[in-house]
Amino acid sequence: MVSTPNIKEKYALPEGVDLMRDVAIIGVKNTKYGELWNRSLRQLVVEAGIGAIEDAGVSGKDIDALYVGNMSGGRFIEQEHIGALIADYSGLSKNLHVPATRVEAACASGGLALRQGIMNVASGYGDIVVAAGAEKMTDICSSEASSALAAAADREWEGMAGATFPGLYAMIATLHMHKYGTTSEQLAEVAVKNHRNGAHNPIAQYKNQITVEQVLNSVMVADPLHIFDCSPITDGASALVLVPAEEAHKYTDTPIYIRATAQASDTIALHDRRDITTLDATVVAGKRAYEMAKMGPEDIDLVEVHDCFTIAELCAIEDLGFAEKGKGGIVTAEGETAIGGRIPVNTSGGLKACGHPVGATGIKQAVEIVTQLRGEAGGRQVDGAECGMTHNVGGSGATAAVHILSRDR
Amino acid sequence: MSVPRFWRSLGSRYNLEGTHCTECGEYYYPPRDTCVNCRRLGKIESYKFKGTGEIITYTIIHTAAEGFEEQTPYALAIIKLDEGPSLTAQIVGNPKEVYIGMRVKPVFRKLGEDGERGMIYYGTKFVPAEA
Amino acid sequence: MTIGIVSYGAYVPRYRIKVEEIARLWGDDAEILKKGLMVHEKSVPDLDEDTATIAVEAARSALARGEFDPARIGAIYTGSESHPYAVKPTSTIVAQALGATPDLTAADFEFACKAGTAAVQACMGLVSSGMIELGLAIGADVSQGAPSDALEYTAAAGGVALVIGRKESELCALIEDTYSFTTDTPDFWRREGRPYPEHGGRFTGEPGYFKHVTNAAKGLLKKLGTTPEDYDYAVFHQPNGKFPTKVAKTLGFRKEQIAPGLVVTKIGNSYSGSCLMGLAATLDQAKPGDRIFVTAFGSGAGSDAFSIKVTDRIEKIRAKAPKVSELLKNPVYLDYGQYAKHKGKIRLA
Repeated sequence: MVSTPNIKEKYALPEGVDLMRDVAIIGVKNTKYGELWNRSLRQLVVEAGIGAIEDAGVSGKDIDALYVGNMSGGRFIEQEHIGALIADYSGLSKNLHVPATRVEAACASGGLALRQGIMNVASGYGDIVVAAGAEKMTDICSSEASSALAAAADREWEGMAGATFPGLYAMIATLHMHKYGTTSEQLAEVAVKNHRNGAHNPIAQYKNQITVEQVLNSVMVADPLHIFDCSPITDGASALVLVPAEEAHKYTDTPIYIRATAQASDTIALHDRRDITTLDATVVAGKRAYEMAKMGPEDIDLVEVHDCFTIAELCAIEDLGFAEKGKGGIVTAEGETAIGGRIPVNTSGGLKACGHPVGATGIKQAVEIVTQLRGEAGGRQVDGAECGMTHNVGGSGATAAVHILSRDR
Repeated sequence: MSVPRFWRSLGSRYNLEGTHCTECGEYYYPPRDTCVNCRRLGKIESYKFKGTGEIITYTIIHTAAEGFEEQTPYALAIIKLDEGPSLTAQIVGNPKEVYIGMRVKPVFRKLGEDGERGMIYYGTKFVPAEA
Repeated sequence: MTIGIVSYGAYVPRYRIKVEEIARLWGDDAEILKKGLMVHEKSVPDLDEDTATIAVEAARSALARGEFDPARIGAIYTGSESHPYAVKPTSTIVAQALGATPDLTAADFEFACKAGTAAVQACMGLVSSGMIELGLAIGADVSQGAPSDALEYTAAAGGVALVIGRKESELCALIEDTYSFTTDTPDFWRREGRPYPEHGGRFTGEPGYFKHVTNAAKGLLKKLGTTPEDYDYAVFHQPNGKFPTKVAKTLGFRKEQIAPGLVVTKIGNSYSGSCLMGLAATLDQAKPGDRIFVTAFGSGAGSDAFSIKVTDRIEKIRAKAPKVSELLKNPVYLDYGQYAKHKGKIRLA
């Protein structure tokens, strides 16, 4: 099956584990992603939620539960209790009293909200569940936003030492370059490709194409990562509607089925990892997802990976088995991850070009895969896409969530 | 960083005090109360690290974290201490002279401060061992 | 009663600025200044160094050289005119960083450039009375000179720690006696909350430095019945190179006696560390049996004089920590912009 680094078998999915009942996505919606100065968090989530419900052809009164991924309402807008806020402003509280739960796992909050929604439906507890994700990041200045994001790492033993988030990924990049010969040009190719894809995504924050030279000549943030190696600060929300697979055709002709949901944890601090250049949480979550779906990387037609920094995309495609360890840069530079290549990666533009409203990203990745599998991705459509994967990471790799979505049940 | 939160960890920040599991032999810095290998069966005792180690990887920070703005550019590294565990710390001196595999030793420096009126936080950074 | 130095440790930051570079900015004549001050360059703290970090490094060096259990330290007194906090002791930071807590007393001293030697005297009192076994006295500063002021050419950073004890077998030098001369003379001061000190210009010379140093030195020589010829070395507070050279000559000490301790040329005036730095540099090369005459000066004003005799133990412990000359190797020179950044003269917010 998948060739992944040396992870002991006991970390794999327990044998025979499966969802109690299969789950499908019947509606999706992204808001515009970007610096949305005139939009508030609640406006963004309501737009995404109502859009997804409309797309699904269901009604608010049908909804059994709401999960919302949000990393840091407390830091970004001084607002906690996000679940109740969203339920209220979506019209799901008054009269309906729909249970609403905020899910937090730093930048993997969205991926985990999706997973919670899936498990709710799979368990039989709910029949129509909304999984959403949202972040409003531009109400505070960028240095405060960076500080809030750095809280995804170990505040006491990384943050107090002067670590920034780009700094942690830069240390991954430095060692990746040292061990495998990865180059700054190869890192830049990730950004160039994702901007090329983002140009075809109507919601993307950046639709401009960039060159390798532009990336290399952009301001250095944390050596060797330039500003164009980093995902931006973004406002945005995404939502989708989950139902039992057997019910899905009642709502849509093209339900997209959840073939696997997997999650794994690793050390909060980068310095405690087994191998700085491998995200073991990604490896394990990926392995669990492949086992659950009874698939391997060769069965995946496209993947949305967590490219918070260009190096993160290289690690992700290696750790998920789409490239040999250390060859992520070469594979990318040779165009294998471009649309039309062997395994298109981040057709949405990824976090880099589409934008990265942290809590929303995990949901947006699933929305992109659904859009692709429905054949509705327009200029960025992957021809004949049948099966796609999402990969959402929290922090520098302490949490990873991997989902496999397919047109086939 | 709040004062009590920093104060609780003074020993670790000033003197690299960590922990050691006598059951499996694993050393922990930053300190852990629970051995990740033995969990409830571990026997944890405090241990003061020698402070010498080697740079595993590093970066040069140009856009600083809040409170570190006046120090840019500064080198940040993951250092593997000789006893085994790794930590994240700044490398003092010319950041361009830092390299993977460099031997380092600890020095006592200011880590940061809460503005002009707040507390000053001291702790351990590292310098090249040959310097 | 036997009392003396168990160990000593010095610390000088790695960065320097040359007199030429400061003179370039203000349009001064560097050659005249260098000749007049007898200072060629001065030490500058790193961005993350202050009096506390310098005191800790000096004290750790003394601990490494003396190889004693830090829990034996019964008192820590840190003398400085640039303590990082106006209220909150530097000495507790040192105590914690050395592992000397909690069985000890600690306090900070301030007496312009002689707070370090005042701390030495306080430790001598506690040790000889039997109240404590070992006392740690530190003189450390990151001194400030206002931009374009004459002091800017010399105000430097550095620190020295002395461990005072009474167990004869562990002393590397005996302190034979000490004598102080103190008056109220406002030759130099810094008001609470002000970043830079004020000074009386030439008033700091005769009524300040020379009067106090001369009287303290003469007082100790008289007390002991010794003459300058009885000493192998002499160290005087060195705000620049000229003052100690001149006062040594007045008192009848030869140039050779003060030469090993005259470190101001390459470091500048490290204030509370200044005189002790000269002593440390002298101990770095003194032989067993050598006698060292030391006189510190602090504006405000007062002088502390000491008569010190080196023991056999110096040879055993000397190499266990860096000598002052080793601390001065491989300096990194800063331009004025970098210097201003290091000294916090550039306000970011």
